[in-house]
Amino acid sequence: MIVSSIASFGRYCLFMGQVFRKPEKWKVFFQRLVLEISKLGVDSIPLVIIISLFIGAVITIQMVINTVSPLIPSYSTGLATREILLLEFSSSIMSLILAGKVGSNIASEIGTMRVTEQIDAIDIMGINSANFIVMPKIVGFVLFVPVLCVLSMFMGLLGGWFISEFTSMISVENYVFGIQSFFNEWYVWYGIIKTLVFAFIISSVAAYYGYFVKGGSLEVGQASTNAVVSSSILILLADVILTKVLLQ
Amino acid sequence: MIEAKNISKWFDGQRILYDISATFDTGKTNLIIGQSGSGKTVFMKCLIGLLTPEEGAILYDGRKFREMSEQQKRALRTEIGVLFQGSALFDNETVLGNVMFPLKMFSPMSHEEQLERAHFCIKRVGLTNADDKYPSEISGGMQKRVAIARAIALNPKYLFCDEPNSGLDPRTSILIDELLSDITHEYGITTIINTHDMNSVLGIGEKIVFINKGHCDWIGTDKTIFRSKSQSLNDFVFASKLFQEVKKFLEREYEAEEDV
Repeated sequence: MIVSSIASFGRYCLFMGQVFRKPEKWKVFFQRLVLEISKLGVDSIPLVIIISLFIGAVITIQMVINTVSPLIPSYSTGLATREILLLEFSSSIMSLILAGKVGSNIASEIGTMRVTEQIDAIDIMGINSANFIVMPKIVGFVLFVPVLCVLSMFMGLLGGWFISEFTSMISVENYVFGIQSFFNEWYVWYGIIKTLVFAFIISSVAAYYGYFVKGGSLEVGQASTNAVVSSSILILLADVILTKVLLQ
Repeated sequence: MIEAKNISKWFDGQRILYDISATFDTGKTNLIIGQSGSGKTVFMKCLIGLLTPEEGAILYDGRKFREMSEQQKRALRTEIGVLFQGSALFDNETVLGNVMFPLKMFSPMSHEEQLERAHFCIKRVGLTNADDKYPSEISGGMQKRVAIARAIALNPKYLFCDEPNSGLDPRTSILIDELLSDITHEYGITTIINTHDMNSVLGIGEKIVFINKGHCDWIGTDKTIFRSKSQSLNDFVFASKLFQEVKKFLEREYEAEEDV
């Protein structure tokens, strides 16, 4: 298992070497980049909004319930909601969710191209297929993911605000005061940096699994599953490392 | 002309091709025939450069493929058109987008000229009112036509077709065969078709290379295939009752000719 993991990592590195080359035609690359940003990034906005809004609301409710104590200031609900969203939810948890959506999309699309000989058709024309297909996906997703991260932070806080506005659990003033208290700008950057790394992991690992599919539709499905599982594990691993490096 | 000299290929220690040598003539439809699993697709992939043979040489009009630099190989690939078994059209591109693809990537033409060329190729393969359709919206026969249009978009010198008739009805198969033959003669292309369709063999097989269990067992034409003494070829060609009857008929014809 160790040997096969090392072999896979080596093949992944060689694959990345193939991907990050000068594109055949910059004009075509930018056309594909815009398409991929739309497909992988913009199309993920509804999912990010819905999940962040509801999770933000749930975090706020749980914070209110679990911090009922005269020793804890009432604004701590907003503060804790904000810290959870900024530090972990909008970067790591959102990336795990996106690994499912975007990762499986990339792996299945490239895998299908492989089994239907579309990649061979590109290769045979003398085009570097890895660069042509994969680079716009990775670059596009990495470029757009900070937007998703910041949007998730905002929508999560908005979800908490809805709870304060429409229930009697916490006052709006307290909640708003809480989310403004002891604000550390670096936490936003920390979230964005983490998300950039996770976006690279999601898109490159999924592309790797899709590109090297052998067989038929069954194997494409399997590659898609493997891509999501592997990228999720790698995201969690990278999360620990980045937290240690960036926050200590 | 494409020459294959002593091509041998192994997969995981198992030998698939044994010293295959053959020449494929310019302006002719050259057929590679053989049973499923005989190694003909591997042989064709070696010719195209998708697989690298462990032994032997492939020459494109005297240019040794193996000795070419990456840049020379890339230049050569723009002279090659390939029609894949499953058409290999890009799902997210329309018919026009598929045919435009090689032009966009390699042609120095302006956008208008590229469009004109793409429309010409689409018309040449007999497709009308299909420009804006996606591959999933057209029939298998039409997909093959689009793939042929894409393959000839850059005026290739060499055209490779992997089982162009698979999955098509007999009538459409004949139309595709005729189209490939016409294009070959019209543009003087070196066309190599990988098939096990006997209708294609008899219809357009100007040169035929028979591969059996990784060996090149026989080379000839559609005229000489019925007179071959090769047992493996006869077993393959006359497997169906229809062709056994055809053989009997032709043998009587030949005997009559000899008597005259």
